[in-house]
Amino acid sequence: MNVRYIEKDKLLYFDLTEEIDHHTTEEIRRRADYEIERYMPKRVIFNFNSVSFMDSAGIGMLLGRYKMVKMIGGELGIINVKKNIRKVLEMCGILKLIPIYETV
Amino acid sequence: MNKFENEMKLEIVSKSNNEAFARITVAAFAAQLDPTIEEIADIKTAVSEAVTNSIIHGYENGEGKITIKAKISENTIYIEISDLGKGIEDVETAKQPLYTSKPDLERSGMGFTIMESFMDEVKVESIVGLGTKVSMKKKIKKESLNPINEGDSINS
Repeated sequence: MNVRYIEKDKLLYFDLTEEIDHHTTEEIRRRADYEIERYMPKRVIFNFNSVSFMDSAGIGMLLGRYKMVKMIGGELGIINVKKNIRKVLEMCGILKLIPIYETV
Repeated sequence: MNKFENEMKLEIVSKSNNEAFARITVAAFAAQLDPTIEEIADIKTAVSEAVTNSIIHGYENGEGKITIKAKISENTIYIEISDLGKGIEDVETAKQPLYTSKPDLERSGMGFTIMESFMDEVKVESIVGLGTKVSMKKKIKKESLNPINEGDSINS
């Protein structure tokens, strides 16, 4: 996972680089929480461009980050989501909380 | 049409880095049915959910073996994922969307819901203290092998 922070927009940007399951969410969660606490961003974006697979462990991970970002008064969104991952997101009904942005 | 049958069996230890291995192996086995990208994604996701359940809930992240069997009969794939873990006390409750017995682990509670919507059929058998077996099936909807080409339909 690559991390970028854009100070002027208070935007924290995570480029996810792996398949997202119970195994990989441990590390994503740890790293994301560390960076969110460090920057206290207004917006957090997870870029799914390189992600070809996600199961419900990813839903749990996203909801956990959503709660955290919400608590510090920020918002969380995702971008570049492939069709199969959108299907999982839609089924779990989390797009109302965590929108898919067309552009950042 | 020829009846096509094939079978595979895979045994893994309950380590989370085997989740990807299990779903990729089953997907590779399913590939001989010539599924669409979406059908393959459905199968991978369902397998990942069942294997993860065995690791987190069956064995509670401890040691154990998970057996994955898959069978192809005509254009249907049958997948069975079983563990010898602690079992599920109330299967109906466990299957409810958003239900999780481990909310502290940030589980979404959507595992069985995903299995049920991505596969045609899901059956869960569990005995407390003995283990859990999830049986799933999915029919691969093949395109017609002899599509009518445009020239034919115009001439007829």
